[in-house]
Amino acid sequence: MREFAYVRAGSVEEATSAYASHTGARYLGGGTNLVDLMKLGVEAPAALIDVTRLPLDTVEELPGGALRVGAMVRNSDLAAHPLVRDRYPALSQAVLAGASGQLRNAATTGGNLLQRTRCPYFQDVSKPCNKREPGSGCGARDGVHRDHAVLGHSAHCIATHPSDMAVALSALGGRVELAGPEGARSVAAADFHRLPGDRPEQDTEIRPGELVTGVVLPAATAGLPSAYRKARDRASYAFALASVAVVLRLEDGVVGHAGLAFGALAHRPWRAQRAEEALLGAAPTRAAFEHAVDLELAAAQPLRDNAYKVPLARNLAVDVLSRLTDTAFTGRAS
Amino acid sequence: MTGSVGAPAERREGREKVSGTARYAGEFPSPGRAQAWPVPAGVARGRVTAVDTAAALAVPGVLAVLTHENAPRLAEPDDPTLALLQDARVPHRGWFVALVVAETLEAARAGAAAVRVAYATEEHDVTLTGSHPGVYVPEEANGGHPAVREQGDPDGAFDASAARVDVAYRVPPLHNHPMEPHTSTARWEDGRLSVHTSSQGTGAVRAVLAGLFGLPEERIVVTAEHVGGGFGSKGTPRPDVVLAAMAARETGRPVTVALPRRYLPAVVGHRAPTLHRLRLGAGADGRLASLTHEVTTHTSRIKEFVEQAAVPARVMYAAPHNRTVHRVAALDVPSPSWMRAPGEAPGMYALESALDELATELGMDPVELRVRNEPDVEPDSGRPFSSRHLVECLREGARRFGWAGRDPRPGVRREGPLLLGTGVAAATYPVMVGPSTATARALPDGSFLVRINATDIGTGARTVLAQVGADALGVPLERVRIEVGSTELPSAPLAGGSSGTASWGWAVHDACAGLARRLAGHAGPLPGQGLDHRADTTGAADAESDFARHAFGAHFAEVAVDTVTGEVRVGRLLGVYAAGRILNARTARSQFVGGMTMGLGMALTEGSTMDAAFGDFTESDLASYHVPVHADVAGIEAHWLDEEDSRLNPMGSKGIGEIGIVGTAAAIGNAVHHATGVRLRELPLTPDRVLTGLLDRRT
Repeated sequence: MREFAYVRAGSVEEATSAYASHTGARYLGGGTNLVDLMKLGVEAPAALIDVTRLPLDTVEELPGGALRVGAMVRNSDLAAHPLVRDRYPALSQAVLAGASGQLRNAATTGGNLLQRTRCPYFQDVSKPCNKREPGSGCGARDGVHRDHAVLGHSAHCIATHPSDMAVALSALGGRVELAGPEGARSVAAADFHRLPGDRPEQDTEIRPGELVTGVVLPAATAGLPSAYRKARDRASYAFALASVAVVLRLEDGVVGHAGLAFGALAHRPWRAQRAEEALLGAAPTRAAFEHAVDLELAAAQPLRDNAYKVPLARNLAVDVLSRLTDTAFTGRAS
Repeated sequence: MTGSVGAPAERREGREKVSGTARYAGEFPSPGRAQAWPVPAGVARGRVTAVDTAAALAVPGVLAVLTHENAPRLAEPDDPTLALLQDARVPHRGWFVALVVAETLEAARAGAAAVRVAYATEEHDVTLTGSHPGVYVPEEANGGHPAVREQGDPDGAFDASAARVDVAYRVPPLHNHPMEPHTSTARWEDGRLSVHTSSQGTGAVRAVLAGLFGLPEERIVVTAEHVGGGFGSKGTPRPDVVLAAMAARETGRPVTVALPRRYLPAVVGHRAPTLHRLRLGAGADGRLASLTHEVTTHTSRIKEFVEQAAVPARVMYAAPHNRTVHRVAALDVPSPSWMRAPGEAPGMYALESALDELATELGMDPVELRVRNEPDVEPDSGRPFSSRHLVECLREGARRFGWAGRDPRPGVRREGPLLLGTGVAAATYPVMVGPSTATARALPDGSFLVRINATDIGTGARTVLAQVGADALGVPLERVRIEVGSTELPSAPLAGGSSGTASWGWAVHDACAGLARRLAGHAGPLPGQGLDHRADTTGAADAESDFARHAFGAHFAEVAVDTVTGEVRVGRLLGVYAAGRILNARTARSQFVGGMTMGLGMALTEGSTMDAAFGDFTESDLASYHVPVHADVAGIEAHWLDEEDSRLNPMGSKGIGEIGIVGTAAAIGNAVHHATGVRLRELPLTPDRVLTGLLDRRT
């Protein structure tokens, strides 16, 4: 078998220094994606730094009303946490829309952000893939790509990011906290994942050796009406064909705050800034929602077989915006 | 009769299965057992020019690498897909070009990844179209059915018809994907071969191994104690068992080959894609004058398998002028084979969808249209039916479903963003039965032992056969023990074609009835070894019948189509079957419901895509090949009629393993049309297709 070192880290410092001392190391969270990729030969780490014992497994309120979710909080626990359900329903819904009960019990918050695309060409080492093997080409562009990107893709890569959770984090204005050899820092969730450009092998802005230690949900969107909706091939246990997370506040009959992000349309959760800007100050009418969403999706460049994603994403966004602004939703979302 | 037959007896091995103690083919520990991992071809067509095994052999734990250059020579098999590692040819991507044997599964996998194969590649063609220049009419389709049948003047009658439907449908490639991948453990000892395999029939496995390795059958033992599903893909030996036997002989060690899930689509058979053209012509009264069903499908370069999808049109409806045609193109694709209800499943999707389109065209209720075209005799053969209660199934289903008063208008039932609709389709499946042997023994302790090489592939065969035996003996069920799943037992045919229970049950019945007669004439205590009776149904079970024998059924579906997403949810699915005598109400219900669930998958979620550039099925794991999950299956009901048919077998039973999948996809597709007004003619009805259809309708 392919041998690899295994290190169980007891602290963040231990983890980052173990990473630094093992060339070709990977952090191991729940392993629900990494272990699969190792079996497929897509990943062949020289060392696994097990970070699941790190004391990052709690959800805590921060002074000022923000919420910090430790990177080791399991997806099931995150989705079920009363404060998450109460203040950030879109996040709870998004997590529950992903994977299966068994996988959510194992998967961690940090690992969820760092999961790799499920593009079949990426997962098949017998085929070209610029993300897996830079410069080898893209099998999907002219191949089977119904599930692939319509926004922000490049000649090198048309993969989508598979996370549901990350879409909600992006819309909610969350931040990703990192610790690494050069200390701790945080990055806006909306900026954490990258577009492929000519470096599709780089999924995120994470730097070598950096570890996700947690995510912070801001006070600004706490308690605002929010929701997540996902369209998929079967009723459960399937990746999104398209999804949307929306957080919205009405003030004096117009939109005072709007956060909107799409999933499964791009190499990263697609924060819909043009739509958000168009919504700000607008009356919450269906026409205004359609206008805003169309502005965003005007940039879409569908491939041969995935043009359906544009109307699907439009429908999803308009539907969730409409539901959130129905009278029943203008108070706190339940 | 003690009344065991028909009772909802619990599955005999149920406790072992749910407690994890039931052993499957890869779970028989054997000292020194090695594991093997195959190497699939990375090109769609060509020849292997070199295999560099040095790096693989250097992986710690790797024992051997078999390639076409060093693998044991096999006799030429009847099934070309079993000529493994015999020559350099690559007939399709995924064809095995090497096998790595190692101490552990991990070492075998790492070794397989280290094998370097060089190819001389050739241009490949994997794309099936109706106008493909390579399309030809084969001599026959699967099951020995003639490729073409024609009566009267179907074109003239079609042209002259008041109501006409001329439509095309497509069913994508489908994959069996049993829970337990194809797995075999082989061991050679003193020139004898013993094999644990996951198969629907060990008799055929033994016969094939005997031929390939030039060994008398008596020196081979094949067992399949428990089988984690097969759905046709384990109906004949697959590469795993041949590779395991080769590797075991080559290394002198017991070897397990468990095929990786992702390799299954290329090497265990699949349901080939089918392109259908249906032309129905009817009078204003709904009576069919003309019925044409033409099917185009693919097969591989090495094996002709033609999905007999136009065959059900020869059984279902009276149409004086008719034509059924199968055409096939040999492409550089994996070899297709049996998958649940080959022929009937895709064929009845198309036929029953077209009939629904005709009902719409005529403004006639689709149940009534079917009733109106009920034939007196089997349309193609002219033979009378041994029993046919399709109309009763439709009527009973309509009653239970609440069909009466259905508003036929499409696209008018709205509930918020949802469009609601209902649909119906008929089902049929032929009665098949083969000769079998069985023994029954009475033991001094008052118990009975029935022995037969039946295979319980998860259907409850053990349980049902014990019920048949108990009734034939006239004793309570608990007193009958049964042994199945080994070539050491009296020979019996495979579990396939929904024929297992009929074939095996006949022999078990005869053995037990014969034993009962012997016992009746026996005075005094039984000898220590008990009293035996052996039965062989050869000559009876395989006798030609004067009757057309088929099971029939009706499926009703209620769907909600989300206009926001194009997602289709099946709220209710109801099946009513006329399948002779039902032998076990519990396991039969499970078979019907399981079949309907597969039909639901065929309608909504299942299908794979042939990658034209690489020549493989892109969706090759259970994350991308979507079978229904629990959340997809809401209300599902199976009912059956008490059907008496004395022209079948001593139990009066028809096969029930496959009919649940037949017509279900059409019922759901018809309901989607009723809900939306959009007729989608390509499966599966995934959100991308449905939403696009809804948007096209609006413009």
